[in-house]
Amino acid sequence: MIERAVPERPWIMRTYSGHSSAQASNSLYRANLAKGQTGLSIAFDLPTQLGYDPDHRLARGEVGKVGVPVSHLGDMRALMDGIPLETMNTSMTINATAPWLFALYIALAEERGVGARALQGTTQNDIVKEYLSRGTYIFPPAQSLKLTSDTIVYAVRNVPSWNPINFCSYHLQEAGATPVQEIAYTLGTCIAVLDAVRAAGKIEDMTATFGRLSFFVNAGMRFVEEVCKLRAFALLWERLGRDRYGVTDPKALRFRYGVQVNSLGLTAAQPENNVYRILLETLGVTLSKDVRARAVQLPAWNEALGLPRPWDQQWSLRCQQVLAYETDLLEYDDIFEGSRVVAEKTRSIAGAAWGEVEQVERLGGAVACVQSGYIKERLVESNALRISQIEQGTRKVVGVNCYTETAPSPLLASPDGGAGAILTVDPAAEAAQVDAVRAWRKKRDEGAVRRTLDALRAGVGRGENVMPLSIAAAKAGVTTGEWGAALRDVLGEFRAPTGVGGATIGRDESIEPVRAKVRALGERLGRNVKLLIGKPGLDGHSNGAEQIALRARDAGFEVVYQGIRVTPAQLAQSAVEEGVHLVGLSVLSGSHNDLVPEVLDALRKAGVTNVPVVVGGIIPEADARALEARGVARVYTPKDFALGSIMDDLAELVMRAHGLS
Amino acid sequence: MGSADPPEPVEALAAGVRAGSRAAVARALNLVEDRRAQSRPRIAELLRALGGGKPDGHRVGFTGPPGVGKSTLVSALGGELRRRGSTVGVLAVDPSSKRSGGALLGDRVRIETRPEDEGLFVRSLATAGELGGLARAAPASVLVLAAAFDRVLVETVGVGQSETDVEYVVDTVVFVVQPGSGDALQFLKAGIMEVPDVLVVTKADLGRVAQRAMADLQAAVRALGSRETPVVAVSCVAPPQGIEALVDALECHRAGLDLTARRLASRRRHALADFATEHGERGVRALGGRRAAERWLGEQAPGLDVPALVQGLQEQATEG
Repeated sequence: MIERAVPERPWIMRTYSGHSSAQASNSLYRANLAKGQTGLSIAFDLPTQLGYDPDHRLARGEVGKVGVPVSHLGDMRALMDGIPLETMNTSMTINATAPWLFALYIALAEERGVGARALQGTTQNDIVKEYLSRGTYIFPPAQSLKLTSDTIVYAVRNVPSWNPINFCSYHLQEAGATPVQEIAYTLGTCIAVLDAVRAAGKIEDMTATFGRLSFFVNAGMRFVEEVCKLRAFALLWERLGRDRYGVTDPKALRFRYGVQVNSLGLTAAQPENNVYRILLETLGVTLSKDVRARAVQLPAWNEALGLPRPWDQQWSLRCQQVLAYETDLLEYDDIFEGSRVVAEKTRSIAGAAWGEVEQVERLGGAVACVQSGYIKERLVESNALRISQIEQGTRKVVGVNCYTETAPSPLLASPDGGAGAILTVDPAAEAAQVDAVRAWRKKRDEGAVRRTLDALRAGVGRGENVMPLSIAAAKAGVTTGEWGAALRDVLGEFRAPTGVGGATIGRDESIEPVRAKVRALGERLGRNVKLLIGKPGLDGHSNGAEQIALRARDAGFEVVYQGIRVTPAQLAQSAVEEGVHLVGLSVLSGSHNDLVPEVLDALRKAGVTNVPVVVGGIIPEADARALEARGVARVYTPKDFALGSIMDDLAELVMRAHGLS
Repeated sequence: MGSADPPEPVEALAAGVRAGSRAAVARALNLVEDRRAQSRPRIAELLRALGGGKPDGHRVGFTGPPGVGKSTLVSALGGELRRRGSTVGVLAVDPSSKRSGGALLGDRVRIETRPEDEGLFVRSLATAGELGGLARAAPASVLVLAAAFDRVLVETVGVGQSETDVEYVVDTVVFVVQPGSGDALQFLKAGIMEVPDVLVVTKADLGRVAQRAMADLQAAVRALGSRETPVVAVSCVAPPQGIEALVDALECHRAGLDLTARRLASRRRHALADFATEHGERGVRALGGRRAAERWLGEQAPGLDVPALVQGLQEQATEG
């Protein structure tokens, strides 16, 4: 019997979305559900992810940009208006503030008379990968891990159909991880979290807990290898459950995951080709029944250009629907069963991954390896290798490093010259949110707010579970920023290692001419050419900035890498104190129009002149021209994949600034 | 500051540095890093104008193996010194890549500064291939910072035995280790490392392991006959521990020093070391041997700086 009597139920279909305001996002969700989407995937904006209200100084320019701002229970009400909580499956990409957003969701359910026990969905809640790749961490590792284990213990007891954590291999792949590293470092995180849960919850039988843990993975273009990666992942997850945690129930041992296929590999050049890439990557996570994704969300074809519009997201949803409903994919048992090739490849990935799991354990576990920078360094190295392969053409990317000739694309044609092929967030949205949160604070019971915040601070300080305290605060009308500030007081803040210092990259002869130029320039200037690389704003996607820093060192520059979340004033201070010759900024959150001019002003105010400023990021053409008019020397976008020529460019800019060219 | 602008008068620059102006200190550091021959007279003039730095200042060097948490410690210490009302200048030295000549200066990530506070200044410096783990421009940079700030903290690359250079430019040498590595013990016992002025064990939050490391170090230091060397355990994760104790230990060491005498002795030893690096043992023999050279240095005017002393040694060698 190879054909199934009843076809398997399709996976949950979602679209990662949210922007501007809770109201605007709610209409988007309802429209998406009407188009056949079967679950929600909420994208929060960066202030919400980092525990700031829209009127916080650091939130400027970031409100409603990469997701929806949710500042209090009122926003959660508006966000889920008209959507039944008892039947909806809601996934929230939320990490450092996961207990808070989970608390708001539970408070709303109770208010609507839906018991928390009926809720289904996921909080991402994987803080380790935030330190390694995504950057939206707040608290130090040990403190963060305690919050994670609190939510897991609480959910297993009170919200039994909820996935309180999604262990994310997704962002590790984006940071450059090979399939082996992806599995190994994710399982390292699993061990750290599970050990903490077992200790904190005083849990003897881990079956219920283990059965509620799920994964969020990535799928790249090499989809045969991706199938094997997922089979290896499932194999090792089961082994971990049996051997380390004594779980024997096969259902609890099942490897359950959601997926967003690779956004990193999507290209700005000939972006229509991304549609094929998305479909092929989807095959990697759907072809094999035994390790098929439980939930799929697909990026849009134009993500390398800017924010996708509703129509772009619809096109991706249709890809899922065509695959699930038109093909015979769901009618068969696992089609790889008995394949010698797949079995062999799976075995080799699993073996190598387990070896690296053991290496991490020898070095003290995932948390120690985050703090020492060991994992981050390995990821930065892998990413550097990937990028140099694309540059040198040994890894082919159609339309980018080969087959670059193209007829003009009608998809990009629009009356305003291409700028229309993406979504632009109304700049007035931020001001409206600032007013709204201030109005909210005025009309609530201040006494209840103060009491619940005091209780939160005191309780967390004593090591109590953060969830009940947060739910009480949510009901009293506490805001996201107040919750974040209270926990910052008690738990402290953290800055993660950048990984660029310890990473080593392979020999690359092609950089030699640039090196000679940089060395000669240093002789003429009297000291080596010094660059400042930093990321203003709240965006934590540091992979690009790290690769630029690494390559700049390799080109002979002295690089001051300032890491993520620096304010314009801090950047200006560093530029002065370090005496740099050029400043490079990386902004990926879409807030470049606000942040970059602020940095330029801060530099001017600090008396920094004659120092060219360059910007890299996902920056639409029209915005790039506007930034150049404001005084930015160069704007680099994903089209500029050849880092070697960027380095040459930087040297030229410094030469010109000093009248030496 | 475009290359076409007329050079800034050195006296004005020195005044800005002494006033602790962030921009002036930065420009002075740019100048002392300048390798061009044409800049040498201006550098010498600036250093003369700055004098020997604040007379009641204190310069502290931090050495120790990579990864033990020197930057984090320097950051925590800088914060505590600011709270106590001192201004602080930090010089963070990072290695240059031998192959490319480039460098990643990553310490700023770890050190918390506030734009509105000009009393905490951080400058990164690449070794640019210098032996000894200290950059060529480091001694002059320390002098600039010492003229501007009450306390100067120098963080070195931390490669073990070649770290000794830092002792020429600071008043107090702190050796930083983490529990369980055993490096410091090995170095001490093998006599590779001289006993530092203060020993710090980081990661005190590790508890028992840190206590053990501390006890081992105390025993080793005593066995070497140095009863005075304090061993301090610190933790920089919240809540920080031991930072105040470290500040106290540093102040205590400084109070016991005759700073003028120590700095004079350091300058003379530094000059001889520089001379020996440049001219080798043959050069030292031309001076009549190490002993004779030290005697000659001891007879020179106390106000001379290192370049002047090296110059003098070179003349001695040619005459001899």
